[in-house]
Amino acid sequence: MLTHLPALAVIIPLLSAPLCLFLRRPLLAWLFTVIASGLTMLVSITLLQQVMASGTIVYEMGGWRPPWGIEYRVDRLNAYLLLIVTSISTVVLLAANTSIEKEIPRHRLTLFYVLYLLSLAGLLGVVTTGDAFNVFVFLEISSLAAYSLIALGEDRRALWAAYQYLIMGTIGATFILIGIGLLYQMTGTLNMDDLSRRLPEVSQTRTVFAAFAFIIVGVCLKVALFPLHRWLPNAYAYAPSIVTAFLAATSTKVAVYLLIRFTFSIFGISFSFTTVPLQTIFVILGLTGIFAASTTAIFQKNVKHLFAYSSVAQIGYMIVGYSISTTMGLMATLLHLFNHALMKGALFLALGAVMYRIGSVRLEQFQGLGRQMPFTMAAIVAGGLSLIGVPLTVGFVSKWYLVLAALENGWWPVAVLILLGSLLAIVYVWRIVETAYFNEPPAGRESIEEAPLGFLVPVWMLVSANIYFGMDTRLSVQVAEAASQALFGVSP
Amino acid sequence: MWILEIPPFLPFFIAALLAAVTRGTLRGVIMLALPVASAIHLWTVPEGVHLQMALFDYQLTPYRVDKLSLMFGYVFHIAAFFGIVYSLHVRDTVQQVAALMYAGSGLGAVFSGDLLSLFVFWELLAFTSVFLIWARKSSRSYQAGMRYLIIQVLSGVILLIGALFYAAEHGSLEFGFIGLEGIAGWLIFIAFGIKCAFPFMHNWLTDAYPESTATGTVFLSAFTTKVAVYSLARGYPGTELLVYIGAAMTCFPIFYAVIENDLRRVLAYSLINQVGFMVVGVGIGTALAINGAVSHAFNDVIFKGLLFMTMGAVLHMTGRMNGSDLGVLYKTMPKSTVLCIVGAASISAFPLFSGFVSKSMVMSAALENDYHLIWLMLLFASAGVFHHAGIKIPYFAFFAHDSGLRVSDPPNNMLLAMLIAAVLCIGIGVYPAAMYSLLPYDTGYNPYDATHVLAQTQLLFFSALAFVWLNLRGLYPPELHSTNLDVEWFYRRLFPVAIQSLFAAIWKLDGALRRAVVTRLQKYLDYLSGIYHVPSGLLTSSRPAGSMAMWVAIFLAGYLFLSFVY
Repeated sequence: MLTHLPALAVIIPLLSAPLCLFLRRPLLAWLFTVIASGLTMLVSITLLQQVMASGTIVYEMGGWRPPWGIEYRVDRLNAYLLLIVTSISTVVLLAANTSIEKEIPRHRLTLFYVLYLLSLAGLLGVVTTGDAFNVFVFLEISSLAAYSLIALGEDRRALWAAYQYLIMGTIGATFILIGIGLLYQMTGTLNMDDLSRRLPEVSQTRTVFAAFAFIIVGVCLKVALFPLHRWLPNAYAYAPSIVTAFLAATSTKVAVYLLIRFTFSIFGISFSFTTVPLQTIFVILGLTGIFAASTTAIFQKNVKHLFAYSSVAQIGYMIVGYSISTTMGLMATLLHLFNHALMKGALFLALGAVMYRIGSVRLEQFQGLGRQMPFTMAAIVAGGLSLIGVPLTVGFVSKWYLVLAALENGWWPVAVLILLGSLLAIVYVWRIVETAYFNEPPAGRESIEEAPLGFLVPVWMLVSANIYFGMDTRLSVQVAEAASQALFGVSP
Repeated sequence: MWILEIPPFLPFFIAALLAAVTRGTLRGVIMLALPVASAIHLWTVPEGVHLQMALFDYQLTPYRVDKLSLMFGYVFHIAAFFGIVYSLHVRDTVQQVAALMYAGSGLGAVFSGDLLSLFVFWELLAFTSVFLIWARKSSRSYQAGMRYLIIQVLSGVILLIGALFYAAEHGSLEFGFIGLEGIAGWLIFIAFGIKCAFPFMHNWLTDAYPESTATGTVFLSAFTTKVAVYSLARGYPGTELLVYIGAAMTCFPIFYAVIENDLRRVLAYSLINQVGFMVVGVGIGTALAINGAVSHAFNDVIFKGLLFMTMGAVLHMTGRMNGSDLGVLYKTMPKSTVLCIVGAASISAFPLFSGFVSKSMVMSAALENDYHLIWLMLLFASAGVFHHAGIKIPYFAFFAHDSGLRVSDPPNNMLLAMLIAAVLCIGIGVYPAAMYSLLPYDTGYNPYDATHVLAQTQLLFFSALAFVWLNLRGLYPPELHSTNLDVEWFYRRLFPVAIQSLFAAIWKLDGALRRAVVTRLQKYLDYLSGIYHVPSGLLTSSRPAGSMAMWVAIFLAGYLFLSFVY
């Protein structure tokens, strides 16, 4: 049983999806999904423990030996991502039953869970697999499910947003596929490990350059790197709250993982960072992203839009850390993957609670919420503080390492810009605080109650995680450090 | 033993919490009992690191005990205790809670073993103490509190940046000797300097302290500057620059203090003057000098507290604080008068009073290390402090011309608090060995030798003579209602005016520029929307597929181009 864990992480949600279709009662479907997601979380925790203790786990799918068969490979990076995705998915799901009853028509509730499981399976597949083509397949599974999930949003613009996302996501996926095809043509293999060994021989060819360009652009689109971010705000804003919380905390993280995997493991550090001035381009794009997206966030009237743009800015931080391309920089990025998942999970889930009570997350609707929904608003404030990077929250941890990494490299201006970027975060978080705490509730909305426990429990689980991992950084820092060192080949 | 691991700030924070929810006698009992219990506990704590945790790669030690921090720990407990006794009659919950939190933060800061913990308490000191200023509830105090808060928070931010640099340079956050090397050293130095009221950074003190309530100032005078002195003694002992800064601090406030009318502002200036002595001691950095600085801080907390308490009593009873509005209160406030004179004698360093046994250490250290000019400046400052704090304060408040005020002595709790401080002043002065045994170094110093006593007494009597003569001849600066300009004029008048006109110019320019750019941009956007049917806005359009596809193409082309050319 234990030897099959890498496969189980994907198989459980993938098989649960069709089974879930048979459950007609939404409550049953919900319970089933929570159990499936919880099981995968247990699997990932066990995997992480095993990997940290005894190194990379290799699993041959169906007993076929790689490079002919599909290989699943779980090293520290994968296990870390698995933990992020499954734990966020499970916590977010806890609130799902309450949240979607108001946002999705009853007859579609079961379908929602099916799609959710498919999307989860896709994301986990992308992370676990050690086969480049398999990456594309799972990416499409998760993306297609995500498009439909977004389209379930009650706002009619959700359909439109999903359609836009579909077009752009498909362009991205196609680019990745073209890149993988070119690689296959040059090396005759799709296995990542094999690719990394064979690529150096042919690396100075135009085909490989083209493959690299296609893959990087395709992945950057999935990452929502500025200025390829424009599918993201509307998709996040109009999707059902649960979907936003889930996707915001996981899907871009998985894309960042792909970026790291392709550049560091498959193409190799020397190729990725020396043949093309990737470093400079990414630092500039990352920093522009931080400032452009944070500034845009300040002017948003819809709070979901606001946090969506803030997500684009946070991706900028991850890209900056990534492009510093030292162990410390990469570690900062990996930490921010984890930490940002916690912040945005908490924030979007809390917004879900506001949506549940008020039916809108427009900023003017937040007036007086500080007194009417004290716990929900406190969660939003805590999440916002974490987003700014106040000490004792996770946001501080990742910013700290990011600044240290920049300083270590002698990039003073970058460090200063990172800190200035946090000031912008103060501005947009303050707008919400100001509206919620310093205004009277608008007329006709005097009798709003605190969100139900179904919301408060998962929201506060995430908020306490934000604070706990801001103080006790052993887990996140240890794993991120080990993963980052492994990618740089410091230790096996 | 787990009880060892209770850092001293914790009882105070708990007491603050309890004080927030209780009222009346119960609150009084809690507020008195906790500092006493905490002091007894502190007495039993041995030196060493008692609390440690890891944050990222760094060891945080929020609770480290050695002789230097213990000394400040003891005196902060004493100050908190008489401060609490003094303010027992106050019903304002905010003030009581803020005072306890403030005292706790001060204790937290001196027992912090690393720069990050220090930063946390540094900022807490600012945020808790500002409520003591705002508690006066006048618009003047609100404004002064705001200015105070901004400067204090700024100091904290500089400290944090300095700590970051320090961590990057040394790979550790431990708070030990720092020294003026590298950016980190200077940044942290400036942060400490702001809190320590270095010249040109001192205005927050004379601006805000006199605006606080009668009880609030007593707390304020005890903690903030002493935490800064402690930090300097830990981080920069023997930094020569400090000798000159300290000497300047001892001299320049005297002139302001002499012409100032608000008696608590006079005390605020004399506070800077006393801190100057400590800074000189830290700057000299020998065992004797550090001992002098630390013990002077110890004594200063007590006698400055006593003086602020007596002035607070006057304010509490009369509602006035200007020297020109007071006078001949000794007839009806005899006890306060006597206590005030004890405080004045201590600050002026009369033999047998506490100021004498500590100030002479700093001066001896200056002589021993051949700082002759500095020694003369300190001598001048000693004469000056006797002048404005030793004579002027009691004279204008309790004697001088008859103001017609007939008020009685303050409530018993206030008198008791003052009495405790006065007894300590005399006790330390008469039997200094008790305090010396607590000092970080053992120097076998004896203040009561003939030269010291004679020199100091001469100095005091001639200073007194000068005051009497000037007063009789009518040459002494009269107490007037006036606003005396200090460096703060730069940031309260000159800067705002300059900046306003500068900004007005910039806005004009900016407006014109922006209009031009916006028109251009609008035209361009119109042109674009004509082509791409984008409804509005470059970044927020709801139909981004087209332009995104274009971006993707641009990206790909860019990559390919670069990779082929590069």
